[in-house]
Amino acid sequence: MTLSRIVPYLQATPLTLILAAFLVLPIATIVMVSFWDYDSIQIFPAFVFTNYEETITSPVTWSTYLNTLKYAGIVWALTLAIGFWVAYYLAFHIRSATMQMVLFLVCTIPFLTSNIIRMISWIPFLGRNGLLNQTLMTMGVIDQPLEFLLFSDFAVVLAMVHLYTLFMVTPIFNTLMRIDRALIEAARDAGASAFQILTNVIIPLAKPGIAIGSIFVVTLVMGDFITVRFMSGGQSASVGLMMANQIALLQYPAAAANAVILLALVLLMVAAILRIVNIRKEL
Amino acid sequence: MNSEKRGPGFYVLTAFFVLFVLFLYGPMTTIFILSFQGPNGGLTFPMNGVSLRWFENLLFEQQAVGDFGGAFSRSLLLGLMAMLTTVVVSLLAGLAFRRRFLGSGPLFYLTIASLIVPSILISLGIGLAFNVLGLEPAWYSSGFGAHLTWTLPFGLLIMFAVFNRFNPAYEEAARDLGASPWQTFAHVVLPIILPSLIGVGLFGFTLSYDEFARTLMTSGSFNTLPLEIYGMTTNVTTPVLYALGTVTTLFSMGVILIALVMIAVLRKRRARRLAG
Repeated sequence: MTLSRIVPYLQATPLTLILAAFLVLPIATIVMVSFWDYDSIQIFPAFVFTNYEETITSPVTWSTYLNTLKYAGIVWALTLAIGFWVAYYLAFHIRSATMQMVLFLVCTIPFLTSNIIRMISWIPFLGRNGLLNQTLMTMGVIDQPLEFLLFSDFAVVLAMVHLYTLFMVTPIFNTLMRIDRALIEAARDAGASAFQILTNVIIPLAKPGIAIGSIFVVTLVMGDFITVRFMSGGQSASVGLMMANQIALLQYPAAAANAVILLALVLLMVAAILRIVNIRKEL
Repeated sequence: MNSEKRGPGFYVLTAFFVLFVLFLYGPMTTIFILSFQGPNGGLTFPMNGVSLRWFENLLFEQQAVGDFGGAFSRSLLLGLMAMLTTVVVSLLAGLAFRRRFLGSGPLFYLTIASLIVPSILISLGIGLAFNVLGLEPAWYSSGFGAHLTWTLPFGLLIMFAVFNRFNPAYEEAARDLGASPWQTFAHVVLPIILPSLIGVGLFGFTLSYDEFARTLMTSGSFNTLPLEIYGMTTNVTTPVLYALGTVTTLFSMGVILIALVMIAVLRKRRARRLAG
């Protein structure tokens, strides 16, 4: 009897050890190093608040955080709008389970391919001599190539929506599939219009999925640096990019202080989402 | 049920969905086409003839920068390591979570945290931890661990979905017939969840194979493929970049296809056995 009692502990041990070594320990290290001091060649143990002071008092930090929040807001709104309707279409308009599965896979497959390649693939499309500019010029809509398409905030947002919408589609689709169809029937029998069914039945029941998707998208955008670096051509800033630059300059304690602030901000945002929507029954 | 008439909403949403799929696959298709660019062609349209020049260049010629073959084999090996570990560890943890145990709550939240902590923090943290401990980071140690923090939560969430739908009556029946716990697992539980385990393996492999941000500070002195590709974007200005994109995407798609076929075959075999 005692043997079967310890079985779950043994089974959970590998996961616990891996997370302890590669998640808890590294974050503890970041917190520790954020109080360390550094000069131009090395970092050394200390207990100083200068890294936080410098980070918080610099106006660059504030504008960078604001810019990152702006990306998060725009990308969140767009992925939610697109993701909800895609999930809604799959869940309510596709009637055969096989077709649902196939179309869902069609949406999922790009997620399993390389993000970098998916970013690169916008170049021939958006570039100065890209497909979009060429088409618009042939059609006579514009006579000068549009410069803002690539290497701009527009490109960053476009690429993020491209990369992250799936994180919205999957959880929303999951909750929509669990809605008891009898509820919708009942609403219809009681005389609700399609719009009323959507706003009074479907959306309230889809909230946990929306919350999970939002957590994914917001945290991915807040920590992103590669999309911003690549798609803005180095012209826009994000917190992740600022950290990546500090790392490149070997200013590890500064990057660590930044990381702690970013982590606190991300956790606050997640907590706020969880406060609005209770996702516990989803898990 | 299918006799219900399609309203106008259906056609609007179908158009929307088609546009979404075009948005997902359109850009990928352009680089696929452009990788067959003629020998004098550039990075954008028009096509300057059609050739396999850039694939040849990629596969058989020494690149000015980078080591494509080495990076590919490292990423492949790392992906396989992540796949095996993800399958085994998530399966074990999934089994553990079917019962109540002390600390199951914190462990669950820790796994979710692993998913939402920004990748660059994991990268920086593991890099710093190795630095402080005086260890040399390498793709098979620090890089491997960094990838696991990304693949394991997905694996565990899939296992949750599987065991939530798992009917315990099968196990009870096996036990009643005198099967030992191990026999119950090996002959009853495992065959039922095998298709899902292939799904977990697929996620484990592809997420690791394509991971960039978590590898950045943890791969040590040798690049994985995504790092190599990123390096190429800054100093390669020929369609060889697209050829590389096409080859790696086709490789990913091939892996996905193999996994899907395996899942379909397993399902069909089970259906046949149940019928027969």
